[in-house]
Amino acid sequence: MADVLVVAELAEGKVRKATHSAITFARDAAKALGGGYSILVIGQGAKAAAAGLTGFGAAKILAAEVTSSPIYLCEHFAPTVAAAAADFAVVVGTATAYGKDLLPRVAAKLNAGYAADISSLNVQGSALSYVRPMFAGNAYGIAQITTPIHVVSVRQSEFAPAEPTGGSSPVVLLDTLPPSAGAERIEFLKLEQIKSERPELTDASVIVSGGRALKEKFNDVLGPLADLLGAAVGATRAACDAGFAAGDLQVGQTGKIVAPKLYFAFGISGAIQHLAGMKGSKVIVAVNKDAEAPIFQVADYGLVADLFPVVPELVARIKALKE
Amino acid sequence: MKILVPLKRVADPDNANKVKVSPDGSKVETTGLEWKPNPFDEYSVETALRLTEDGAANKIRLGDVIVVTLGPKECETTLRAMLATGAQRAIRVEADDAALDGAVVARALKALVDKEQPDLVLVGKQAVDGDTNQVAQILAELLGWPQVTSASTIKEEPGALLIGREVDGGVLQVRVKLPAVVSVDLRIVAPTSVYSSKTKPDFKYNEGVRFAPLPAIMQAKKKPLDTVKLQDLTPDTSLQVQYKQFLPPKGRKAGIKVKDVAELVDKLKNEAKVL
Repeated sequence: MADVLVVAELAEGKVRKATHSAITFARDAAKALGGGYSILVIGQGAKAAAAGLTGFGAAKILAAEVTSSPIYLCEHFAPTVAAAAADFAVVVGTATAYGKDLLPRVAAKLNAGYAADISSLNVQGSALSYVRPMFAGNAYGIAQITTPIHVVSVRQSEFAPAEPTGGSSPVVLLDTLPPSAGAERIEFLKLEQIKSERPELTDASVIVSGGRALKEKFNDVLGPLADLLGAAVGATRAACDAGFAAGDLQVGQTGKIVAPKLYFAFGISGAIQHLAGMKGSKVIVAVNKDAEAPIFQVADYGLVADLFPVVPELVARIKALKE
Repeated sequence: MKILVPLKRVADPDNANKVKVSPDGSKVETTGLEWKPNPFDEYSVETALRLTEDGAANKIRLGDVIVVTLGPKECETTLRAMLATGAQRAIRVEADDAALDGAVVARALKALVDKEQPDLVLVGKQAVDGDTNQVAQILAELLGWPQVTSASTIKEEPGALLIGREVDGGVLQVRVKLPAVVSVDLRIVAPTSVYSSKTKPDFKYNEGVRFAPLPAIMQAKKKPLDTVKLQDLTPDTSLQVQYKQFLPPKGRKAGIKVKDVAELVDKLKNEAKVL
């Protein structure tokens, strides 16, 4: 038992990019353990999606089609994931809404310890431990899991997405197990999706973020700059709570954790919880009227100014540069 | 409805940048930081109160709200604070902080649920010290109950809850029949997030959690607070996850201030090379 299992994440039948960060982790962990790794693709459309993962050097791709629910519900996935995971030493998934919902329950089924949101792998001989941020990223704990099976979720911003290595992993179809006890008491009604042409926050190489000061002009001000740069739009908790930005745009300790090449913070003071979600960005630009705002302590380039005239000027100057 | 609300106290999260990894790396020191209720747990108490009242007459409790914590005696301060906001009863599970991990906490809560038979266990989605987000899911598995994590809206129906849960890219609406385990996200304390069957649909709450008036704080001292030993709830107290070493975060230095947009664009293009 020295193998690693990746639990792939599907969205509308497609493998989400965060899965590729989990594959990178699995390659490292398998190497340290002297084993290999496999990938479990579970969900609606799993068989088709499994075909897209055969070129990554996995020992095998396990595919489990879920028909008992039209969409992901933990109770319908956890039994099959736990059964597939029982033969592995380490089970790894994505630290997304999906992984955070599913993996602790899988760990409980396996009576296994769970380390969430890990940022790196610690190898001592063949013993693995997991470095993970705690206290809003103000300390990193090294989690030692004492159970035979380890379950972990990996932070997408800390593990580069795996590239295909060629080869052709065999696809093995798994029977999906009946849902967990209690599944009959939960019923999917609808998914209210926020459709956007922009990249997802966790995938974007540029992010344009704003705070509550933008008010109702949030999208009007930040949209043109985001579109020009092909950027995702992010927001502070205050901007989300006030309804100026959608809830799933929140960047921070309890929202999305991001690490783009370039992060713009407009009118963001830099609360600890927000910094915890974006401190890993390569280049940080902060524009704020308050010269004492804590965001300037982490910004590579700070501009003390009112953001309202700054953003359109930035758009005009970058446009000029590109022409 | 009878609701069990587990709580944790954490080092003041608004000063989380003042926590220090000890020089030998063996622990995280929170010296000088006040204990505060975990914010997500305050939200779960507020949610439980909203579900057991008519929002327009919130002095009258129409259900039972029991708050629970695991830890040393000083944790009772957190329980009393929650009793003052409207919870009726509290339980403290006597335990050392170091003797707890998510699985031990879930096992102890399972035993309490078996005893108390609540309709709903309502927890915060994560404690902002360990930042793990796991107790609701493990507890749901131990109980064989449905789980709904990261709830941002809850509306009561007879015997069921309509819940909106925050997922990547939107909000997933589910109907869950009780009993169930639900964890709450930030926006559960917005003015129109939670409606009991008695609260009128046009009623709006104040943003955030309620504050306890002074008389309620005095009365809370007389409300029942029972203690129980961890070992009496779960004979298995083995830890599945242990932390023996900690690392400080990688520092990030402040950069430079630019004087105007022209200089900013120039720096981004020619120095950082990101445009």
